[in-house]
Amino acid sequence: MSWYLTLPLVIPFAASIIAFLLRDNAMGRWVSIMGSGLGLAASIVLMVVVLEQGVIAGQMGNWPAPFGITLVADLLSAVMVLITAITGFAVAIYALGDITERQERLGYHALFQILLAGVTGAFLTGDLFNLYVWFEVMLIASFGLLILNGGKEQIDGGVKYVALNLISTILFLTGIGLLYGMTGTLNFADLALKVNEVENQGLLTVVAMMFMVAFGVKAAVFPLFFWLPAAYHTPSFSVSAVFAGLLTKVGVYALIRMFTMVFDHDIGFTHTVLLWVACFTMVIGVLGAAAQSDFRKILSFHIISQIGYMVLGLALMTPLALVGAVFYLVHHIIVKANLFLIAGIAKRLTGGTDVYKIGGLYKSAPLLAILFLIPAFSLAGFPPLSGFWAKYIIVKATLDLELWFVAFIALAVGLMTIYSMTKIWAEAFWKPHPEGIEPALKTLPHKAAQIIPVAGLAVLTIIIGLSPEPFVIFAERTTAQLLDPTAYITTVLGETK
Amino acid sequence: MEQLLSVLIGILVATSVYLMLARNLLRFLFGLILLSNAANLTIFVAGRLTPGAPPLIPDGADAPLGLVANALPQALVLTAIVIGFGLFAFALILAFRAYQSLGTLNTDDMRVAEPKESTE
Amino acid sequence: MNSIILVAGARLQVVLLLVFSAYMMLRGHNAPGGGFIGGLIAATGFVVYAIACGTSDARKALRFDPANIAGVGLGIALLAGVIAVFWGDALFTGQWLFIGATEDSKGIPLSTVLVFDIGVYLVVLGAILSITFALEEAV
Repeated sequence: MSWYLTLPLVIPFAASIIAFLLRDNAMGRWVSIMGSGLGLAASIVLMVVVLEQGVIAGQMGNWPAPFGITLVADLLSAVMVLITAITGFAVAIYALGDITERQERLGYHALFQILLAGVTGAFLTGDLFNLYVWFEVMLIASFGLLILNGGKEQIDGGVKYVALNLISTILFLTGIGLLYGMTGTLNFADLALKVNEVENQGLLTVVAMMFMVAFGVKAAVFPLFFWLPAAYHTPSFSVSAVFAGLLTKVGVYALIRMFTMVFDHDIGFTHTVLLWVACFTMVIGVLGAAAQSDFRKILSFHIISQIGYMVLGLALMTPLALVGAVFYLVHHIIVKANLFLIAGIAKRLTGGTDVYKIGGLYKSAPLLAILFLIPAFSLAGFPPLSGFWAKYIIVKATLDLELWFVAFIALAVGLMTIYSMTKIWAEAFWKPHPEGIEPALKTLPHKAAQIIPVAGLAVLTIIIGLSPEPFVIFAERTTAQLLDPTAYITTVLGETK
Repeated sequence: MEQLLSVLIGILVATSVYLMLARNLLRFLFGLILLSNAANLTIFVAGRLTPGAPPLIPDGADAPLGLVANALPQALVLTAIVIGFGLFAFALILAFRAYQSLGTLNTDDMRVAEPKESTE
Repeated sequence: MNSIILVAGARLQVVLLLVFSAYMMLRGHNAPGGGFIGGLIAATGFVVYAIACGTSDARKALRFDPANIAGVGLGIALLAGVIAVFWGDALFTGQWLFIGATEDSKGIPLSTVLVFDIGVYLVVLGAILSITFALEEAV
């Protein structure tokens, strides 16, 4: 097995162990940053290798697929791993100015690295049961991070987050059991071949719906999203940034993986359900955001509405729509994590997150205002930022299928997004602070550690926006692999023959 | 035997749904534990109940001799049980902490993170 | 709990359970047993001790912070998996060393699988004890 497939997993694990043993020591945070940096380097190497050699696979312990534990990296996995590492690195730096010493002592850095390892593992794994295991690794780390040193609010949000995610976990497990009973395998590549041989295709659709619900809870789609706005505004800003960027996207990734490779037997039914789910998710998310006044609650509801676009891309199931979904995934992780990081800086400067009770940031911290405008406009879909191209491709795909109503919803939701972003802009940045505070960026402790990650992610947004062509070409190659998984299957199973 | 276990799974799921619909957080967690047991049993039954010796390979042989049980569902269930154990230990401690800091286990009263809109 | 019988019995029991747990762990390669079960049995010993003599005494008897034990165990397990890479094998492939092997006997077989099991043993021991000690101290 090639080491570049395992390094993105081993590095965060090792970093987490070292950071855990050093949790009483100030060195812990540097271990975390070092680990994330090395992980980023490893995932860049993985990306390059996958671009050059196509799909690569490895069998843990030399047990051949489909019996052993398989790690696979196709383009989708590789790009998700890369984005995870980028977000992880940015948040690890940001944590210098955000995480208190008490949280460090309780093991923040170890949990954070385990979370990254769990997310990376979920993207790299080649079989369903290990996807479950990595989900749990990610979940238990996120539980810990969510309520770390928590006050009442965190515990309250944590209860709902834990309860609903546990239900989805059990549904996922039941689905795995039933699918194994029908096909006798859990390896993605093997499943893709074996599902066609199942006699009772109707039963297969039932199991597919079970997976849709289980992953739907993780991805926070309508009507399963209620844990997200209950919890995401309560923990530390670094934590909510990495949650907002990565966790729901693992659910979306799992949906895309399962409903392109394995459950493509009854697209007329499953993907129609997904289409309706996507429309409702977009609308409900954006309406929920309009009703909120807390910086992070607005952003939380926008996660939901944006998830709708990605699911829409999957639901349409045309090559162009999937290109849009993949592009949207990449763009969204960067932008959303960045907005949560900015919310943290705004809170530290003005002393609150309720946008009606803060203000004056444009006058006193113009740099922050510009850094906010970039991801905010990108989220709303202004050209020439990354969000414009993501939305453009998805809407184009709906128009190609002549689904006028769906296209209308997608565009209207984009418009509503601008409304929310304008609200944050007008209230938090433009109007003077109601208590007359004029917070300058100079007064911010650990200024560089907080500004650099935000600026870095903003630059990425601009780069994707200004030269979308290589990214779109990349997304097209990814989609080609998804729709024709022959390369994936032969790479995984072929090594044994 | 499969039918019997299927009925048992059905009873477990029904009981757990009933428990999970309660407003009391602790009842909800008990329901969740039952549901996870039902899921584990499902995997076990889905892997076919193959009576036989434990799947151990004697020295010198390449494959087990005679009829042995299917080891894979057992491995899956064991993993799931261990993970479930960890998650429920966490969830129970969380419920305990919630009771300490919020003073209630009634999920309807847990509105700290999402306070009701004031209707003035 | 102030029962002399329990306190006296618990001391003996810890020793017995620790020996038994080591036996269970070593047995695990070819028969039912292994690091997970061994760790559970060892943890039971310390839990009994904590019930009899209090958690502070049990923590002293353990000498190390249980959370650290779990962390070190995870490190050992990871190392046992990564070592295979130096022999050019896939991650977590077992590497074997037969000490004193002759034509017809395998000698004493040592493997990274055993190292991995020791890691699991420590993880389970540390994790269970962290949870139970914390719970007993909180309630």
